[in-house]
Amino acid sequence: MTDTVAQPAVADAKAAPDTMAWDSGLRRLMMIYLPLGCFVLILLFPFYWMAITSFKPNAELMNYKEHNPFWISSPTLAHIKHLLFNTAYPRWLWTTMTVAIGSTTLSLIASTLAAYAIERLRFRGSPYVGLGIYLAYLVPPSILFIPLATVVVQFGLFDSPMALILVYPTFLVPFCTWLLIGYFKSIPYELEECALVDGATRLQILRRITLPLAVPGLISAGIFSFTLSWNEFIYALAFIQSGANKTVPVAILTELVTGDVYQWGALMAGSLLGSLPVAIFYSLFVDYYVSSLTGAVKE
Amino acid sequence: MSVTTLPPLALAHRQPNWLVRLFDYKPFLIAMCLAPALGLLAVFLTYPLGLGIWLAFTDTTIGRKGVYVGLENFQYLLTDSLWWNAVFYSVVYTGIATFGKFALGFWLALLLNNHFPFKSLLRAIILLPWIVPTVLSALAFWWIYDPQFSIISYLLVDVLHWRTSNIDFLGSPWPARFSLIAANIWRGIPFVAISLLAGLQTISPSLYEAAMLDGASAWQRFRYITFPMMMPILAIVMTFSIIFTFTDFQLVYAITRGGPGNSTHLLATLAFQRGIAGGELGEGAAIAVSMIPFLVFATLFSYFGLARRKWQQGESND
Repeated sequence: MTDTVAQPAVADAKAAPDTMAWDSGLRRLMMIYLPLGCFVLILLFPFYWMAITSFKPNAELMNYKEHNPFWISSPTLAHIKHLLFNTAYPRWLWTTMTVAIGSTTLSLIASTLAAYAIERLRFRGSPYVGLGIYLAYLVPPSILFIPLATVVVQFGLFDSPMALILVYPTFLVPFCTWLLIGYFKSIPYELEECALVDGATRLQILRRITLPLAVPGLISAGIFSFTLSWNEFIYALAFIQSGANKTVPVAILTELVTGDVYQWGALMAGSLLGSLPVAIFYSLFVDYYVSSLTGAVKE
Repeated sequence: MSVTTLPPLALAHRQPNWLVRLFDYKPFLIAMCLAPALGLLAVFLTYPLGLGIWLAFTDTTIGRKGVYVGLENFQYLLTDSLWWNAVFYSVVYTGIATFGKFALGFWLALLLNNHFPFKSLLRAIILLPWIVPTVLSALAFWWIYDPQFSIISYLLVDVLHWRTSNIDFLGSPWPARFSLIAANIWRGIPFVAISLLAGLQTISPSLYEAAMLDGASAWQRFRYITFPMMMPILAIVMTFSIIFTFTDFQLVYAITRGGPGNSTHLLATLAFQRGIAGGELGEGAAIAVSMIPFLVFATLFSYFGLARRKWQQGESND
């Protein structure tokens, strides 16, 4: 509450000598708040529309003449109930969760070790290994999914969530490794030297000193990987056939879109429930997201 | 080879067991640390990449091992109007969407760089379109673009009375193309804005103060300070953006699946349709491989085109 009291006072003090105060306030409104408002409105509208559609009864959904489409007159849970009890949605959610957690764990382990080797166990050619891993990030999944499908079939993993757990690290590991190299760089090397002098082994140093100091980096990399694997689409679409093993994004698109009459209420309820876990997860770790997004770009 | 001098130091006193000593032997430890990451990437990235290029020269279909057919797949693609259509739309899609994303994203970053209350909350809200699974927000766009119950049509026809009939967003080629581009821009703005905002925050305020003392206008400050200082980060973000827009799959697959009349196929969706849905793995791989030259060109263009400026000014070491 102190802020709200303080602000007008400061503004007054600034504005007092300025006879154009009102003008500059208006200018600020027009140049900053108005465009910002438009941006927020447009960026959020699809989510509002998604949410409101999933609680609307079908009659309201298809009748704009009698009901204001921007509001719900008689909200219903029918679509969500249909989704939870008449479809395999809980199963899809469970599969997606397993895949996301599995691939995140796998890529965190692999990329922590790789980043540690590249940044701390400096060896000849370590910058090139780092560059090679970075270049792997530039290979888009759209180029890889056809040959990967044959690889997955060769390994006998077709139609199994295990295939996704093993394949997702191809885009998670490069990202996490680069993020963690940046974090390891920020940890003073002297700490490790002290431990070396005291007779600690390299692995002890990694476990007792470097990793505890890199926890924020590990969290960033972890939540980012989780989100990326939750949202992944093309591999999940190409490698999973049976309805029960699908991940949420794929299942909602392929299992709920049936026939020519789209069940918009159910579709939007599915989208809402599929987005909600990542959105909640995101809201808990906003700062880590922002720092990892910007950190990865700056590296 | 300087590493070989280290191990004797590490095991100076106390002779631990051989396993511990092995893990303290630096070359072995390096190999062990790199093995999981490089192994995963080799098996699931490098090998498929090579395999994909090989498949593009064979007539493999699902369930039948193909034989080498040389350039036949590519020769066929060159005569295939659908492939040319997909190339055309991929280029248009990438060009317009990248321009839109960067123009609007840069603007949003500049707006967010001001001081105002609830700034971090706003920043968190703005990233939302980028966090939510693309397919699911694409479904929302599909519903927004509905021919009969589109909320945009409702606004324009029944509320504002600017039009007399509903807009048919996805029913004919050009409106469908632009609808997809709009959805892609919507999804791309947050990433661009937040990345560029991070770049903006690294520019020292003293530069602006110096320029203001010299009487530079707001536009001049943007043109001669902000823009040149942002070049390196713009180059990186744009390279990423171009690569992932050109190879986009989800939006098109979710909203139009290439329709109406195959007019909105991107190369990735065409590759999926031929390779996985149609079973012609060889041809699908050829379409996917045909994306590589475009990607290399776009990467070199955006990266060197934008980063060159920096080298010319001799600031290469930061």
